Amino acid sequence: MNNNMMNSERERLYRDIGIIDFVVVEMTEYLDTHPTDKEAMEYLNHYVRMKNQAMREYAMKYGPLRISDADGCNQNEWKWATQDWPWNGGC
Amino acid sequence: MWSYEKRLQFPVNIKEPNAKLAQVILTQYGGPDGELGASMRYISQRYSMPYNEVAAILTDIGTEELAHLEMVSTIVHQLTRNLTMEEIEESGFANYYVDHTVGIWPMAAGGIPFNSCEFQSKGDAITDLHEDMAAEQKARSTYDNILRLVRDYPDVYEPIKFLRAREIVHYQRFGEALRIVQDRLDSKNFYAFNPEFDRCKS
Repeated sequence: MNNNMMNSERERLYRDIGIIDFVVVEMTEYLDTHPTDKEAMEYLNHYVRMKNQAMREYAMKYGPLRISDADGCNQNEWKWATQDWPWNGGC
Repeated sequence: MWSYEKRLQFPVNIKEPNAKLAQVILTQYGGPDGELGASMRYISQRYSMPYNEVAAILTDIGTEELAHLEMVSTIVHQLTRNLTMEEIEESGFANYYVDHTVGIWPMAAGGIPFNSCEFQSKGDAITDLHEDMAAEQKARSTYDNILRLVRDYPDVYEPIKFLRAREIVHYQRFGEALRIVQDRLDSKNFYAFNPEFDRCKS
């Protein structure tokens, strides 16, 4: 796989994680003030599962975005530290 | 306890430095209605809040504000990296540069350093939630003012538009939290006792 293809695939997964997590944040805050809304809870659970799966896949392919996924990485180096940080366009 | 995710809540990719814009946007880092004050306000107010749902919304919005703090810092950082000395001198950025170079430091656009008087933790549920609702509106106004200044810079406009929209959602959630509090108080006199301090209403 050439570098460009790998970058665009990586960027797509990173963008997906941002979109999925937005739903997680929004639904978490909604549920705080509507704690008996069952439909909302199921909706949140669905997106939490999607997020965990995407975060896991990202960690496996490119390095962890959170320490709880670090065990899913087959890497020879600690990419958490060596890769770019978000404010410098890292993903 | 907190854990960090190594990503921004909304993408920020600014190509061209612009010290003038950085100076005004910095106010949403450490200014009177900025994200530092927002996160510290909600996180500080949690401890004496007797209703679990309200402590939950203070925790979760306070946490989201930390992510906004990171977005604002990133915007300022990307607007100030690779500045030339000429740009620093001509944009009016020299007064910031002399003390902080291009590091990020919390202050208002007018130069006033951040201090905790930018927010209140009053230990009274009704008072604090009104403060929180007002804070969200003040931040929304500030973002509206910034949007007018950055209208020709789409790289800056989009993340600021996202942050502005979150203020409106948070205002809604705090309004619901206030209703939750009031539903548990004496409807004939909401001020009969302070649920964060008085042990019983008598």
